[in-house]
Amino acid sequence: MRVALVVGFLLLVALLAAGLTRNPREVPSPLVGKPAPAFELPRLSDPAAKFSPAEMRGKVWLLNVWASWCVSCRDEHPVLLDFSKAKQAPLVGLNYKDPRDDALKWLARFGDPYALSVADADGRIGIDYGVYGVPETYVIDKAGLIRYKQIGPVTPDIMAQKIVPLIRELQK
Amino acid sequence: MKRLGLALVFFWISFPLHAGEAQPVAADPEVEQRLMALAEELRCLVCQNESLAASRADLAMDLKREIRQLIKAGKSDAEIREFLVGRYGDFVLYRPPLRESTLLLWAGPFALLAGGFAVVAIFVRRRRSAAAAALSAEEEARADALLGERK
Repeated sequence: MRVALVVGFLLLVALLAAGLTRNPREVPSPLVGKPAPAFELPRLSDPAAKFSPAEMRGKVWLLNVWASWCVSCRDEHPVLLDFSKAKQAPLVGLNYKDPRDDALKWLARFGDPYALSVADADGRIGIDYGVYGVPETYVIDKAGLIRYKQIGPVTPDIMAQKIVPLIRELQK
Repeated sequence: MKRLGLALVFFWISFPLHAGEAQPVAADPEVEQRLMALAEELRCLVCQNESLAASRADLAMDLKREIRQLIKAGKSDAEIREFLVGRYGDFVLYRPPLRESTLLLWAGPFALLAGGFAVVAIFVRRRRSAAAAALSAEEEARADALLGERK
């Protein structure tokens, strides 16, 4: 009897302990494995020119959601700069709910890792991509399917251990 | 007197202007009611312990704007929920559907309750059987001594 109680208690502790190790902020995206939502948005550098994900067909690429008002984007920024120097895959920025001037100033100040950025001024496309916390990063394959979604800043570890190997795999 | 009258007239005229400023958008009450009913059941993703209805977070406002547009476009509540689940997952629903991955969530509390009842039942049965055991002669004598004259 006493043993049963202790075992029961330990099981409960184990269940709760397992729960504590999980990150409640991590919302598994239903978009992984699905086609990247289509859009056509003005480029940040030249609002007259448009960009659409369809142009990237046949390439493995990264879509990174960023904003000048986003503090953790600054933490992530050096990782993205390194990534773009290595030229492993094109990196497209989705500038989320950001005044154009602020965004351009931010890039001028911290460096521009993006092949190009598009402006999602009212956040409408962000909703299609299930963005709820900037920064977010998507790995999109040759067929235009989302293969991975990183919520929150990309750390050097995540870049080296998850994203880069995945890109290599997808590029084969 | 004439001046006062004129002033009153201007004062009166200016009222509708003020009223117009205070409420720029005449919200459609039917849409708002449906929006609120829906948003009560949806989770705000930024502040996760708050419903979409209660949240003033930027994303929550955007999502409410989006839902408002969907309502006006004639979408049903189920279609709107699908729209959000397709983007943010079951997580946005305060009532997640019963699935393999949510089985523990739905059945867990009942399993714990059943476990609690089982423990209580075992305890009660034990105590009963312990109470039913007769006192030995020695215990009887001690009890008598402690209680004084019993009979």
